[in-house]
Amino acid sequence: MKKNKNILPALFGVAALLIFIILLENISAIIPGLPQVFQPTSPLFTVLKKAAVYSLVAVSMNLLNGFTGLFSLGQAGFMLLGAYTYAILTVPASQKDQVYYLFGGCAFKFSIVDLFQSFLGSSGAGGAAAMVLGCLLSIILAGCMAGFFAYLIGFPVLRLKSDYLAIATLGFAEILRAIFQWQKLGPITNGANMIKGFPTFSSFNITDANGNVLVRLSTFVPFFITSLCIVLIVLLIRSSYGRAFQSIRDDEVASEAMGIGLFKHKMLSFVISSFFAGVGGALFAMYVANAQAKAFTSTMTYEILLIVVIGGIGSVSGSVLATFLYVACSEWWLRFLDSEMFIGSFKVPLLRNGFRMVVFSIVIMVIVLFFSRGIMGNREIDFGRLLGKKRNVETGKKKVG
Amino acid sequence: MEYVISVLLSGISVGGQYALIAIGYTLVYGILRLINFAHGDVFMVAGLMGIYLTSALPITVSLPLVILLTVLLGFTIERAAYKPLRNAPRMSVMISAIGVSYLLQNTATYVTGGQPMTYPTIPFLSDTVNVAGTQTKWVVIITPFLVLALVLGLTQLIHHTKVGMAMRAVSKDFETSRLMGIQVNSVISVTFIIGSALAAVGSILFFTNYPAITPMAGAMPGLKAFVAAVFGGIGSIPGAVLGAFIIGICETIIKGLPSAWDVSVFSDAFTFALLIIILVFKPQGLFGEAATDKV
Repeated sequence: MKKNKNILPALFGVAALLIFIILLENISAIIPGLPQVFQPTSPLFTVLKKAAVYSLVAVSMNLLNGFTGLFSLGQAGFMLLGAYTYAILTVPASQKDQVYYLFGGCAFKFSIVDLFQSFLGSSGAGGAAAMVLGCLLSIILAGCMAGFFAYLIGFPVLRLKSDYLAIATLGFAEILRAIFQWQKLGPITNGANMIKGFPTFSSFNITDANGNVLVRLSTFVPFFITSLCIVLIVLLIRSSYGRAFQSIRDDEVASEAMGIGLFKHKMLSFVISSFFAGVGGALFAMYVANAQAKAFTSTMTYEILLIVVIGGIGSVSGSVLATFLYVACSEWWLRFLDSEMFIGSFKVPLLRNGFRMVVFSIVIMVIVLFFSRGIMGNREIDFGRLLGKKRNVETGKKKVG
Repeated sequence: MEYVISVLLSGISVGGQYALIAIGYTLVYGILRLINFAHGDVFMVAGLMGIYLTSALPITVSLPLVILLTVLLGFTIERAAYKPLRNAPRMSVMISAIGVSYLLQNTATYVTGGQPMTYPTIPFLSDTVNVAGTQTKWVVIITPFLVLALVLGLTQLIHHTKVGMAMRAVSKDFETSRLMGIQVNSVISVTFIIGSALAAVGSILFFTNYPAITPMAGAMPGLKAFVAAVFGGIGSIPGAVLGAFIIGICETIIKGLPSAWDVSVFSDAFTFALLIIILVFKPQGLFGEAATDKV
């Protein structure tokens, strides 16, 4: 099989990227006097973290919308499930009373991180290992929770087609959001209030006994988890299951005639996509350092859908590329559009709060209308070729986070 | 008892306002097979135009102008964002609709500065009236009658005029009606014009009853009106109206239940639960034709 030849350079690419991220994060500590952009407070790192989180969600949405042809708009709902599962499982038991003070404490008295600490020790290397293992397990459980709900929801909604599926999944996301804001579930979900106090990305920085940061890993963590998940998704897409998904996308009747179980494969794709959306939700909670149901609106789903469209429906590398571009523009490069600007004594017209998003939406409309294939169409970045090894290979390559 | 009457009254009125939006969805879906996600935002923009125009012009000029400008907006959106994608896959048109919705919301945020805007008091409509012992606004009483009148007018238009016949033909079979010499593009434009005009009337009635408009104010009523259209059987005008009244009344009842139960947070979720139940058990809706492309 030729396809495996492209796996290795891609994995090298991922590894190199992760090492590069660690270096980038810590370079300001090693070499003093670098420009502000390399300092830990720079928008660069906010963008990198947020884009890493969003790219996982975008790729998971692409798996469903682009590779299986199921137009689902439930992504925000599954992210919400993931974010809450992660938050509830990892808030330290000692902080639960404080976080849930309106409801007299949490119904879940334990925290997975505490559980690991009880037999790995709570300080030094044992404590660190307990935290890493606890968080990883919680993130996986967050994904499982989202996947499990997708499984339940899948029975009724996967029978629906195109826009009806879209509106039904959107509806489920809204229902979930209402349930999580219900005050009666307060002891579990903290009602409409946010859950906070759980480990975030910066909890993974290695510090000395006085709390001084020795090695920053707060950008590395989302990159690591996202790349791992995206590699898994790419492997899935290139497996026989992935080929079945794509054949369902191209022609349901023909693939059924070829012996592909439609419902089984749709369900599989839906559950796996939701699993990764749940993992993305957990990462999102870590990124914003809180979990709150009202953040996961349909606007969030639309935003991710538009990222997928910009990148190219059916291209994993396109989704990742588009996420980084989109987040960098919205959080950093186009920020200047939101504040008034003077050139000499001339006041640049139109620039004021909110203008950035208007420009953004116009750009998106132009892409949707005139470049409907997005940046990558359904092609992928060929990593073998990027590394200079010109090879004669067919289509469908590999990507990185 | 008085409480029950007031809940029912406001339910019927909300239902009527949803009905006016739902007609826009059901007409467009009947013809283009497109969920016009931007329709709810057109409704919101109509509300904002109402605020800006009434502050500058007398009400007798500004309200017709609101309807006219909303119609223009709906027409422009169709020509700019949907017409170029006529032969593209359905998913692309829907994404375009989501893009337009995003654009309208962001533009509204930019123009209003993100602040909730207070809707002006419209003489007579905003006056209070006493019905069976409950105080309510005239708009609540008038809405259902106005909706019925508009719907009757619309059904007359669809069943007894040439353009109405063309609309029915296009929704039955796009390609064949084109072959029969129907100007499909003008029929689609007429559909969007009717839908937008009704949304503008709906926005005047809806926002008179609500304290403020935010850029997101159109999204939820829009989705609910769409659910109403699906509930009634997409493509069917009486179905959409009936669905909208049922959803409006149920929603106000849920909001009006004793606060100790704390179920008012589910007033939106209820609509979507209804949608899923209807899609699973009776996908053609109450009055829709049995179609094969939904499930």
